Amino acid sequence: MRKCLPLFLLAFLALGSTCFAEDMKVGFVYVSPVGDAGYSYAHDQGRLAVEAMDGVTTSFVESVAEGQDSERVIMNMARKGYDVIFATSYGYMDPMLKVAKDFPKVKFLHCSGYKNAENMANYFGRIYQARYLTGMVAGAMTKSNVLGYVAAFPIPEVIRGINAFTLGAQAVNPDVQVRVVWTKTWYDPATEKEAGKSLLDVGCDVIAQHQDSPGPQEAAQERGVYSVGYNTDMSAFAPKSHLTAAIWNWGPFYTEMVQQIKDGTWKSDFYWYGLDKGIVDIAPFGEMVPADVQKTVLDKKAEIASGAYQVFTGPIKDQAGVEKVAAGTVMADGDLLGFNWFVQGVVGTLE
Amino acid sequence: MLQLSAVRRQEPLGWGSCLVFLAALALAFVVSGLLLAMQGKPPASALWLLVHSAFGSGYALEDCLIKAIPIFLCSLGVGLTFRLQIWNIGAEGQFALGAVGATWAALTFPDWPWYTLLPTMLICASLTGSLWGIIPAVLRLKLRTNEIIVTLMLNYVGILILEYLVYGAWKDPGSFGFPMTSEFVPAAVVARIGDTRLNWGLLLCLAVGVLMTVFLRSTRLGFELRACGENVRAARYARMPYSLLVILVMGVSGALAGWAGFLEASATLGRLQPSIMSGYGYTAIVVAWLANLNPLIIAVSSFLLAGLRVGMESLQLDLQIPAAFGAIMEGFILLAVLAGGFFSRYRLHLRRIG
Repeated sequence: MRKCLPLFLLAFLALGSTCFAEDMKVGFVYVSPVGDAGYSYAHDQGRLAVEAMDGVTTSFVESVAEGQDSERVIMNMARKGYDVIFATSYGYMDPMLKVAKDFPKVKFLHCSGYKNAENMANYFGRIYQARYLTGMVAGAMTKSNVLGYVAAFPIPEVIRGINAFTLGAQAVNPDVQVRVVWTKTWYDPATEKEAGKSLLDVGCDVIAQHQDSPGPQEAAQERGVYSVGYNTDMSAFAPKSHLTAAIWNWGPFYTEMVQQIKDGTWKSDFYWYGLDKGIVDIAPFGEMVPADVQKTVLDKKAEIASGAYQVFTGPIKDQAGVEKVAAGTVMADGDLLGFNWFVQGVVGTLE
Repeated sequence: MLQLSAVRRQEPLGWGSCLVFLAALALAFVVSGLLLAMQGKPPASALWLLVHSAFGSGYALEDCLIKAIPIFLCSLGVGLTFRLQIWNIGAEGQFALGAVGATWAALTFPDWPWYTLLPTMLICASLTGSLWGIIPAVLRLKLRTNEIIVTLMLNYVGILILEYLVYGAWKDPGSFGFPMTSEFVPAAVVARIGDTRLNWGLLLCLAVGVLMTVFLRSTRLGFELRACGENVRAARYARMPYSLLVILVMGVSGALAGWAGFLEASATLGRLQPSIMSGYGYTAIVVAWLANLNPLIIAVSSFLLAGLRVGMESLQLDLQIPAAFGAIMEGFILLAVLAGGFFSRYRLHLRRIG
């Protein structure tokens, strides 16, 4: 079967181009509304890049609950003749895998999970690299040495980001601590803002977030302290507080995948690109960030992008001070994917 | 001079109320159509697409039925409590606890065959779900607490219990730290009916719907329940067992929501994970009111509402209409139908004065 598939695909493509030169249909499934100015918005910017390709049309369904709803949405896309389907939240993993088994000709790409099939790939970006850089900015700008982090769910993706942010902050300011509060929601502007305020109340003077709305940014601006955004450049929502943001740039990756599928060279894999491919980046610095800080951060960015520096290089200690990664050792991707402990300097629990 | 006044109808409107319902629905559709036109979308074809992709194919009907199952069970339960004028807003938490109960059985007895494991899961879900209903019932009777507040608050507690378990003790060691239990053994999964994607939970819905109708119409307790709902003081004066009824309806309501949680965990997800909570407990309240608390109509409106939600996804996909439009349309329908209820109970009277 594995050998026949490319042949079959070629035949199918040849047939397609001669008999009915139809556009390739690419569907996207989002967990929140695209107007969230955050995670789904960033993915939708990527979709627009795909839409601009020749011979491709795209569409999307937004605000799809993880679980049963997502299975139906993905299945309906497959039934309606979509050739490629991107599902952009980790809870879509099992539903997508089920549908992928029923539609072997459709290509499925799932973001942020770990299960693959012959026609289902997995992809994500090393956003933790950008988080590390934003952590450096926050660590340099704090006066109280207490940073706040509004986080969605205690899952490896989020924990990894918090750890990278903390290590980045510690790289420029060893005394810094990062306080974490969980909201248990990806997208709830009011809850996120309240969580941000609760962190300000305990003395944090930079608020970072792993959330999809700019709520925490607004909380920081209202109190006159700094903030670090996520997903997209959130400076429009909090121009006075926004230092920078860890941002997604899905366009290059999405167009690359769709082009490969069009050319018939695509294969299922685990794609995990980072600063090197420009999938993740940091937003332009706010004008309050001094030039020397900007330079340090940009130098580090170049180092990470070239592969000269790895974010999770030992020695790394956990919250209890036990050395988990020996000096000079780089954490393996498998360990990063299952990250379930905080590094030293993080104040918070995993529940 | 003419004066318009509303006069309470002496006779129920009968089939006329069907007409009122349809007119309300039509009004909601017209307003939605106008909204679509304002966004520059073709209203007629969009609304046709909505109906067609919800009910126009075998797949679509299956999808609607699957989605309607948990809404129906939750709604049947809250509808029962509303009859007694007990405002159970807690189906969401009872749903969560039911899923927890069923999951406990599935994880504890993985070696059992399906014919003992599934009933055990169902019983556990009933127990945990109804416990979550009975707590506010007892608090109301003994301490006169407001059941709206207590059930609402218990929702948060219930969901937190679920999260505590899937993030902690029940987390699948092979899930890379993602919050989910390990997959249920096949014996713990409610099977599908033949070649369809429907599961046997549908049969459970039918059975419990019929039982509920018979109970309300043909049993003494059912009569007493309706009487207490109409006028508690009169019913108490007639020595009707009000306290018993409160505990009964809250227990049954919780158990039904618990069943919905059991079916979602077992048949749809095959495991317990936080995304099982998708607001069916709140949707249930809307559905119960749309249906005027009648079990049969609850079944119909669960199905229609499921259809609206399923159809909206196609509207998004094919015409790029924002998801929020579905919620707006749902709101219009509820508002129009509830307002239409006024015309079922009152007639307008025009008279000349002066």
